[in-house]
Amino acid sequence: MFYSHRYINKNKYKKGDFLSAFLFLSPTLVIFTAFILFPVFFSFYLSFHSWNMFSGDTTFIGLQNYSRMFQSAEFWQVLKNTAIYTIGTIPLNMVLSLWVAQILNKKFAGRKFLRTAFFAPVIISPVAAAVIWRWMYDPNFGLINYSISFLGMNSVNWLNEPTAAMFALIIMGVWKTFGINMVLFSAGLQGIPDNYYEAAELDGAGKWAKFWHITVPMLSPTTFFILIMSMISSFQVFDIVYVLTSGGPMGSTKVLVFYVYEYAFKFFEMGYASAISYFLFAVLFILTMLQVKYLKSKVYGVA
Amino acid sequence: MERKISSIKFLRFLKTVLLYIIIYALALVVLAPFIWMILTSFKDMSEIYVYPPKWLPSRLNLENYINAFSAAPFGRYYFNSVFVAAAVTFGQLITCSLAAFAFARLRFWGRDVLFFIFLGTMMIPYNVTMIPSFMVLYWLGWIDSYAALIVPGLASAFGTFLLRQFFMTIPKELEEAAYIDGATKLQVLRKVIVPLAKPALATLSIFTFMGVFNDFIWALIVINSETMNTVQLGLAIFRDRYLTQWDLLMAGSVTAVLPILIVFFFAQKYFIQGITLSGLKE
Repeated sequence: MFYSHRYINKNKYKKGDFLSAFLFLSPTLVIFTAFILFPVFFSFYLSFHSWNMFSGDTTFIGLQNYSRMFQSAEFWQVLKNTAIYTIGTIPLNMVLSLWVAQILNKKFAGRKFLRTAFFAPVIISPVAAAVIWRWMYDPNFGLINYSISFLGMNSVNWLNEPTAAMFALIIMGVWKTFGINMVLFSAGLQGIPDNYYEAAELDGAGKWAKFWHITVPMLSPTTFFILIMSMISSFQVFDIVYVLTSGGPMGSTKVLVFYVYEYAFKFFEMGYASAISYFLFAVLFILTMLQVKYLKSKVYGVA
Repeated sequence: MERKISSIKFLRFLKTVLLYIIIYALALVVLAPFIWMILTSFKDMSEIYVYPPKWLPSRLNLENYINAFSAAPFGRYYFNSVFVAAAVTFGQLITCSLAAFAFARLRFWGRDVLFFIFLGTMMIPYNVTMIPSFMVLYWLGWIDSYAALIVPGLASAFGTFLLRQFFMTIPKELEEAAYIDGATKLQVLRKVIVPLAKPALATLSIFTFMGVFNDFIWALIVINSETMNTVQLGLAIFRDRYLTQWDLLMAGSVTAVLPILIVFFFAQKYFIQGITLSGLKE
């Protein structure tokens, strides 16, 4: 009986699976072709053209968009800002999220509540979050200046001074995203077998010894994954920048995607904007390949 | 000796208590912006502009909400956001289920290569496809319409992947019985697989809805008339217009944050699943 089921089924598979597969996949294929595949290639094509959507000017200019980009002082400033934001958020983000994940891995009263609390900033809209933080950073009536006054610090005009604005952006960025890493670290920690720790305790290992000799090495795939993913997302930060600082003051928080946005949708220079976005793509591609390579070595048990 | 042990125990207890105090304090810091937003949204301007800040509003007045809704058509923005998010979510449930079924159950030439390409598209950053996607919509004449907000989101590599992985875990015997009864592939998908895949479909729905409801940059690019604004775009424009009117801005923010927060409290597990599965999706 069981045998015959399989037999019938196999015949069924052979008849016209290709046609039905095509029908099942067609809605997705249409959307992907129009909004992912075509754009990826067209964007590359655009980056070699001077292409103004509204004037209709479409001239092939070779590598001029790229050379213009690399000669632009603003581009280097924007790249530097993006790098500062990335380097500023990631260490703080990772240390904080690992620490919280480790504590929340133990069972105690209110653990669930705490996890919800730390995760809440992740799910809310970046626009609303940035509006709230503008109010928090208000120089005269904001909570931040009020809080630091207890530490004996003077009021800071957070969003109107270049260095302070970048710092403000970084703090808000960490607040908004560390919950993601907390969840990922938690999943990683749960994957470490308890008996490793028990064995270490029998050998008289202390808390820090256990952390450095078991947690850190066992968690390294997770840590690497989080590191790369955080770099990829920090390099693409946009929403919170747009609402919190609008790239200011004096361009001090203008980041790459903001720069692309300006050229594409304010000046409608699609060619130049595409060149910048392809540069960003190249950076992210390298990061992704590092990730893939590392994961592969994990799969084959090298690392 | 005994005294020494008990004092060590006491120290350890003290350390644990201290740790809890620190972690709860951190939670308070993380939640402070939320609390501050909600409290401010009930205050009038005279209570907002005081130093040192006054925590509690003198009374629970909803005036700011009424004023915010009359200063900008937030009701309309809301309708737009919910409509678009629901349409995209519903659309993705259909397109992703269909595609996932093809990848999980049908045999056809080039299936694995195609699936690999599919996964590859997840690595393409948004800002690379953003400009030509805008141009496609421009050529189609869809700029500033619901179609511009909905259609590009109607398929998802992440969703297809998520459902495909889940479909693979469903035992084939159940479908075989249905095929013997003469069911078509579409019927098998609808009547056998979809009911069994509810948890995966729920994760996808919640994750997609949240993503679309919170989306900003795409709406910013393709929408330019006020009646088409989503909540997020409307709030960003509102911020530009009422720079320091914190009473209205906080009422607007509560409005933009509340639906997702409510869903989150009831379905936290799906959010966390989505995050763990996708790694990270901003």
